Amino acid sequence: MARETAIRYETVIGLEIHVQLLTASKMFCGCATTFGAPPNTLICPVCLGLPGALPVINRHAVDLGLRTALALGCTVHRRSQFHRKNYYYPDLPKNYQISQYQYADHPPLAAGGVLEIASGGQRRPIRIRRVHLEEDTGRLVHPETGGGYSLVDYNRSGVPLMEVVTEPDLRSPAEAREFLLALRRLLQFAEVSTGRMEEGTLRCDANVSLQVPGGPRGIRSEVKNMNSIRSVERALAFEVARQADLLARGEAVVQETRHWDERRGLTFGSRSKEEAQDYRYFPEPDLVPLELDDAWLDRIRAALPELPGARRDRFVAAFGLSPYDADLLTASPAMARFFEETVGLFPHPKTVANWLVGEVTAYLNEHSVEIDQVALRPSRLAALLRLIEDGTISGRLAKEILVEMIAQDLDPSAIIEARGLTQIRDEEFLRRVVDEVIAAHPGPVADVRAGKEKALGFLVGQVMRATGGRANPEAANRLLRERLGGAR
Amino acid sequence: MAPLPSDQTARALRRAYAEGALRPSAVVGAALDRIARADGDLRAFLYVDAVGAREQALAWDRRYAEAGSADGLPPLAGIPVALKDNLCTRGMPTTCGSRILEGWHPPYDATVVARLRDAGAIVLGKTNMDEFAMGSSTENSAFGPTRNPWDHSRVPGGSSGGSAAAVAAGFAPLALGSDTGGSVRLPAAFCGVVGLKPTYGRVSRYGLVAFASSLDQIGPLARDVADCALLLQAIAGHDPLDSTSADLPVPDYAADLHRPPEGIRLGVPAEAFGAGVDPAVARALREALEVFAGLGLSVEQITLPTIDAALPAYYLLAPAEASSNLARYDGVQYGLRAPSDDLYGMYAHTRRAGFGAEVKRRIMLGTYALSAGYYEAYYVKAQKVRTLVARDFQRAFEQVDVVVMPVAPTPPFSLGERVDDPLQMYLSDIFTIPVNLAGLPALALPCGFDRGLPIGLQLIGRAFGEPTLLRVGHAYQQATSWHLRHPPMAPVGRAGG
Amino acid sequence: MGIDPATVDHVARLARLALTDDERARFAEQLARILEYCRLLDAQPIEGVPATSHVLPMTNVLRPDAVTPSLDREEVLAQAPAHEQGFFKVPRVFEAD
Ligand SMILES: [Mg+2]
Ligand SMILES: [Zn+2]
Repeated sequence: MARETAIRYETVIGLEIHVQLLTASKMFCGCATTFGAPPNTLICPVCLGLPGALPVINRHAVDLGLRTALALGCTVHRRSQFHRKNYYYPDLPKNYQISQYQYADHPPLAAGGVLEIASGGQRRPIRIRRVHLEEDTGRLVHPETGGGYSLVDYNRSGVPLMEVVTEPDLRSPAEAREFLLALRRLLQFAEVSTGRMEEGTLRCDANVSLQVPGGPRGIRSEVKNMNSIRSVERALAFEVARQADLLARGEAVVQETRHWDERRGLTFGSRSKEEAQDYRYFPEPDLVPLELDDAWLDRIRAALPELPGARRDRFVAAFGLSPYDADLLTASPAMARFFEETVGLFPHPKTVANWLVGEVTAYLNEHSVEIDQVALRPSRLAALLRLIEDGTISGRLAKEILVEMIAQDLDPSAIIEARGLTQIRDEEFLRRVVDEVIAAHPGPVADVRAGKEKALGFLVGQVMRATGGRANPEAANRLLRERLGGAR
Repeated sequence: MAPLPSDQTARALRRAYAEGALRPSAVVGAALDRIARADGDLRAFLYVDAVGAREQALAWDRRYAEAGSADGLPPLAGIPVALKDNLCTRGMPTTCGSRILEGWHPPYDATVVARLRDAGAIVLGKTNMDEFAMGSSTENSAFGPTRNPWDHSRVPGGSSGGSAAAVAAGFAPLALGSDTGGSVRLPAAFCGVVGLKPTYGRVSRYGLVAFASSLDQIGPLARDVADCALLLQAIAGHDPLDSTSADLPVPDYAADLHRPPEGIRLGVPAEAFGAGVDPAVARALREALEVFAGLGLSVEQITLPTIDAALPAYYLLAPAEASSNLARYDGVQYGLRAPSDDLYGMYAHTRRAGFGAEVKRRIMLGTYALSAGYYEAYYVKAQKVRTLVARDFQRAFEQVDVVVMPVAPTPPFSLGERVDDPLQMYLSDIFTIPVNLAGLPALALPCGFDRGLPIGLQLIGRAFGEPTLLRVGHAYQQATSWHLRHPPMAPVGRAGG
Repeated sequence: MGIDPATVDHVARLARLALTDDERARFAEQLARILEYCRLLDAQPIEGVPATSHVLPMTNVLRPDAVTPSLDREEVLAQAPAHEQGFFKVPRVFEAD
């Protein structure tokens, strides 16, 4: 049903993303932003909102906001003021949030940028509505045991957040995923955030509506509580189908907030109807305005790290990589850095690229980890590739060793020592193996004699197998040809 | 007959300590005795730290004995001070005169408190106030009103009534208050002592429990202008913990206190004698102007056309900020929590039980002024009028150096007289509020008496023009003796020492 | 501008204040009088006048991104009406609240 209706309706998605900034201390106080500290140990009068305490803006947080604004090509508002967003919630110690949210004639930090995404083989620009800074809330814990109470930890209270809001330019859940991947990549290369949804340093809410192409904007629902890029895509797919079904049945979509249930794979609305919010925004009297002059912006521009696009193009130009490989190698700054460091030690870019894009990436995906989360060092990968080059080990063996290097955090040489995995060059020994293989496979032997090269490859493979991969392939090949009447 | 030690100025005490004529422990002892005897009726203090004060005093006894002089000892070494109970003090409760903060012990010291401790001052205790500084009579304290030392049937003014009464009654030579719309100056005037509202940004607000953040300023109360300067010196200056604290050098306030003020131009707005101003107040003001003329200052007529609109603007802006500042009192982290098994109930009943009528009234007013549909009509309009008020003063200061007005239109009124009439109560701040809106410094000092009740004079200066105000005020006190009077209830000469 | 009881209730809810019936009535009357008094503002020439939210012409007050010591948790929790295992304890929070 969703498929049929999806033809008649156009999907319209806008994202509101909260990004935790890479600062050492909080937005308005000196408490550390360390993740996972014991509850209520990173707190002070300011981030607890104690009577009499006052906020002071963290310069680095502003710098990171500006860095993002410039990377997204936004227009930075030269005069910027923080405001109070007033609402009651136990994770909000002052019962107001200090934010740069845009209201009345008060602009946010920056607005009007663009981020390109890959969509259906080409690249599409997605407009950024605004970028602004604010403080994070504390964390609520709802004990499984029930007990009619909740627990509050204020360690996260006051951690610097950047809110990035897109225009409703995304046309499918897949595009939403692509946008998040592109934004995360940008934030990581710009060293603005770790951008990990799983750790909450990147959070995404989505507005979804369906409309007849060219028709009026449909009624939208806001989807919350998605904890990974994958769950964003799933949640949006579910929501699109849900709305499509409603419309197909001639029912109306209700404007509401819906929560994604990862386990059940569906979104649900709040049981009770939400009262219309009235946040009573007004300028934060405890903070003076920001005056963002050219000197400041120039300083930010000058310090802006190489962004993913530029890095990718450089890899193609400087290392002769295919755009495809270059793209994969700039998926994260860690991967790009790993590639360049390895090439520095083993100057064969294509070989390094093949191994990183192939074996290494396969391993990372299999264990769903990032390159900087495993015990693999550029020096070790380079050493491994050198051992293949000088014929000490076969490529096939190298793949096994790679896995062990990572698993045991060892140099390749150490593993080769431990397992005595050097190649066999003892011709006598190899001849005996070759004879056994020939005796054991009359069919292929006949084929080879009949000139079928393929069969020779099979026999070489058998020799390798019989020697646990330790035979030198060239030697095995040569000896087989000799024995089989030196065909050509 | 020698006055009781605590009837003396901080400067006199320091001299006496240095000469060995008095010991800090004797002064603190005498002050505590008098508090024990007289504060049952007055209720200037909400909390007295007798043990801590005695300990610190003994320590200073030794330091002075060792030094044999005051050399090398901090400026307020061994001087008792009283603190308004909206200044955070580690190790002492801080209630803001509210049930909702009853029993709260801040885990930190306000910047001014830390600076006073560094300056050697001995904190006697915390003084009574209108709940969250919202009031002009100290009748809005959840712990009972403070009485006026000059007449127990009268109010001491507010909201820093406890601090002003403590100084007037000789409980302490120095005290700190806070001034959002006149809360230092009005009680100073009603209690016959000196009070200064510094330029906004001159004194750090860190640790001052906020009422209206864009208007609040901590100010000194003392028995004379020179002591006021001494206390200001100890607390003024930039604080990196307060984004609105001015990063400007602090002048030596005592330095040119004694320079004769000839040539300084005073300006008096016609409104100072306008409708609602009590004849006794007008008379005292005229007499003061004659004294100034005699001192060689010129007196000119000026106008502050927006002054009538200052009060309504204030009663939108201050409650609006307060409605947000006081949202944190919700029963979650500290203070009162009303029993409730649902969250909304905990909030609503904690705040119902914890806040008094005036605080609720202003929270309601401020919430309304900020709410959707009214923000532009009330809050923004009031902010624009605030700009006009500031421009009035800028224009005036192109013509004169100091603007002179009464502190209040009337002498101290009776307890209970205005509690049921908010607007009447608000009118007592008509001359003080414009100064907060403009962020200017203003000095309140006694300029006469009416049937035994003090009347206060207000000197308003340019931003960061405290030195001029102190100089003019000090010259006035050299020529007059109003500030030397003591309320009859403070039994001069009996016991102590 | 008068204030009807419904508005008073709405504002009281926004402010999380439970009101008694006579508080509701008294505030309706008093707020109306104060707001009436605030009509004095309408007489002021505010066209083109900028709004003042800060009297000081200050900008760019910032702190370096440096970590400073936090408070002792026990001292802070000692002030709490209810706490458990290092957390502040509040009535159960539901999405709807
Ligand atoms: Mg936000
Ligand atoms: Zn903190």
